[in-house]
Amino acid sequence: MEGFAHQLVAGIATGGIYASVALALVMIYQATHHVNFAQGEMATFSTYLAWAAVQGGAPWWAALLGTVFASFAVGVAIERVLLRPMRSAPVLAVVCAFIGLMLIFNSITGAIFGYAVRPFPSPFETSAPLLGGLVSGHALGSTAVTLAVLALVWAFFRHTGLGLAMRAAAYNPVSARLVGIRVGWMLALGWGLAAAIGAVAGVMVAPVVFLEPNMMLGVLLYAFAGALLGGIDNPAGAVAGGFLVGVVENLAGAYLVGAELKLTLALAIIVGVLLLRPSGLFGRAVESRV
Amino acid sequence: MSGPPIGSARASGAAGPDAPAASRQRRAIAFALLLAGAAVLIASAFLLSPFRLFQLTLAAGYAVAILGLNLVTGYNGQISLGHGAFYAAGAYTTAILMTHFDWPFWATLPVAGLASGALGYAVGFPALRLGGFYLALTTFSLAVAVPQILKHRAIEDWTGGVQGLFIAKPDPPAFLPIEADQWLYLTTLAISAALFLAAWNLVRGRIGRAMRAIRDHPVAAEAMGMDLAAVKTRTFAAGAALTGLAGALGAVAVEFVAPDSFTVMLSITLFVGMVVGGAASIGGAVVGGLFIVFVPNLAESISKAAPGAIYGVLLILLLFVLPGGAAGIGRLAVARLWRRDGGR
Amino acid sequence: MATLLEARALTAGYGGPPVLHGVALAVEEGGVTALLGANGAGKTTILRALCGMIAASGEVRFAGERIDGLPTEAIARRGIAHVPDGRGTFAELTVEENLRLGAITRRDRAAVAADLEGALTLFPRLRERWRQQAGTLSGGEQQMLAIARALLLRPRLLLLDEPSFGLAPLAVREVFGALARLRAEAGVAMLLVEQNAALALDLADRACLLETGRVVLQGEAAALRRDAAVRRAYLGR
Repeated sequence: MEGFAHQLVAGIATGGIYASVALALVMIYQATHHVNFAQGEMATFSTYLAWAAVQGGAPWWAALLGTVFASFAVGVAIERVLLRPMRSAPVLAVVCAFIGLMLIFNSITGAIFGYAVRPFPSPFETSAPLLGGLVSGHALGSTAVTLAVLALVWAFFRHTGLGLAMRAAAYNPVSARLVGIRVGWMLALGWGLAAAIGAVAGVMVAPVVFLEPNMMLGVLLYAFAGALLGGIDNPAGAVAGGFLVGVVENLAGAYLVGAELKLTLALAIIVGVLLLRPSGLFGRAVESRV
Repeated sequence: MSGPPIGSARASGAAGPDAPAASRQRRAIAFALLLAGAAVLIASAFLLSPFRLFQLTLAAGYAVAILGLNLVTGYNGQISLGHGAFYAAGAYTTAILMTHFDWPFWATLPVAGLASGALGYAVGFPALRLGGFYLALTTFSLAVAVPQILKHRAIEDWTGGVQGLFIAKPDPPAFLPIEADQWLYLTTLAISAALFLAAWNLVRGRIGRAMRAIRDHPVAAEAMGMDLAAVKTRTFAAGAALTGLAGALGAVAVEFVAPDSFTVMLSITLFVGMVVGGAASIGGAVVGGLFIVFVPNLAESISKAAPGAIYGVLLILLLFVLPGGAAGIGRLAVARLWRRDGGR
Repeated sequence: MATLLEARALTAGYGGPPVLHGVALAVEEGGVTALLGANGAGKTTILRALCGMIAASGEVRFAGERIDGLPTEAIARRGIAHVPDGRGTFAELTVEENLRLGAITRRDRAAVAADLEGALTLFPRLRERWRQQAGTLSGGEQQMLAIARALLLRPRLLLLDEPSFGLAPLAVREVFGALARLRAEAGVAMLLVEQNAALALDLADRACLLETGRVVLQGEAAALRRDAAVRRAYLGR
């Protein structure tokens, strides 16, 4: 059963990444009822920024920190400039905007950095695998980082005034305004936070899948699946969903469908959840759409 | 709305609510334009280089593909980011029948249409329960999963796996002294024209009105007795069939099918083509088809990343500046033209 | 007494034809003005227009400064607390979080703590429900929560939209008793929209009668209470 344990642990590690991106997706969805298709490409771009910083000689953790702040700023800017005027636009228009964003980020990344596949350094490399050969240094470190990020975000939303204001703006923007909350800026902050989380996820996944402009496409799909599975309007549920999807992907990939059909598995999860239990395992009931 | 979109040689004269004389005059002009356009297109078979013919053949095919997307998303409001899957279904059906069963190309077309139509119908059922973002998300996931499915070992013997399948353009009939690519160009044009005519008829009739009613006022439509499920699934089937036929046409023009030709980028490209040409526009699909063949070609000479950037910027610009796409400009121009004529 | 809120030529609607036609009204510093009228007369629309929640034209002055055209959150920050129809509580959040949100824009922590104590004294039931989700409270409790949250803004002016709506008589008495105490002890000015004219006129010192978007009668509450037309139409005698 050593293989099983190994897959399980690896699944938790990748699950942490899916959970982070799922959280970013859900944060934006809760506040705006929009699904950010560009989340993956934004994270890829952030990862390239980190790579460039490291190539330029910056220490790894400083590069990560700088990237996180830069991504936060970009996220805020996107919300204020592009999405604010689209607040009440029809769904097709918003989908267009997100796809457009996705394409722009993808092509900027390709234009600046080229399409070559590159290795990405990890600060957790160990010479020998840890925990009795069960897990690589990176997997352990990456899991620790994503868990830390998730815990920080949770604490922020639960225990700070700003976090409470952001939750209020997401749940009930009209009432939030009545108590003086600047709802527009809360949405912008939410976008910034989502972008920052995405950046961390990207930097954690790059050493595993190698850095190239399309690296987050599969991750995005799994994050969608995780967010839907957990409940697209429930951040904690989305996180749980992300971990679950990571484990299922790894186990199913190893024992059931083979590595070649992993993306199809994500598709199956998405379709299955939306048809059988649209509110996800932990979410509230979704309004029916005619 | 009445009035033929400008730049479309495919739309025949449309009836207007004006005085019969003006309407007859408009119909005559539209018909004349149509004949002239057809003549130009046929003549170009003999005037243009084989590469240009190839591009136009592709453009015609993509126009039909975008038309299929337009039916589903533009006219019926079901956002599909996965139409590339239907394109692939049609392409592979044709390729498999031609490679493994030696079918002539023309015989594969109805099968390709049926196969992709059936796939569309199957997708249309779960789509009933979804809407807006959820449908976009699901179809997007389908598009991402397609290459992986096509590469799978279990069907490798049929699909040719990663390497794909090679097929050959059909030869022109013996009595016609033309080249194979000219023949393909002309027949693709003819088939596309027929499909456009069929779609145009569908859209301006009762079913088209039902499609739009369901898009704009689903609750009211249902209250009035429309069978939403039937219309929506059949629209998906029809749209998928059109795009599948386009896939077949494209496959034989390129003479090659392989999984990596049908990535999510194809679905996104079709989507961009629809938006640029104008959602819910028959003529717009032609503009869209031309756009996605010629613009990336020009753009790629600048940089590999340029096509994506252009698509992205255009999508966002169009949202703010010209939500109706090219068809929007077309309708505006036509309206102005007829107003000056005193046709209204 | 100084005029705290003054509206002139207030015209507003929801996109189609205007619902309000040149409404003029005023609230005194520390006074209570009642807004009466039948369903659809435009009472809720006035409150929404005053708070910048809908597009409106006309002049609105608060403590001498013009606030028409300002976004809702800016108006709230100037000291106008609106308790909307339907209560507007954050159903997914707890009572504690709802109340914290009332004071979210304030920096004076000690005063906030004092105000919180005051609100809980006014509405002791909320203390019992402290950790409960607001959406699970009864109608009366939600109304009290909404008012308490508004009070935590330490507003100079309280806008109340139909506080008695959907409440059992006992709860109504509790709520209005609290309002009366507020007015007596804290001197908070109020603009009170109420269908229950008798209740409103008891509490208020001035009143406005609205009919299809126009003010048809205005004056001292006592005078309106005696007015024959008002008595017939709204007081049932």
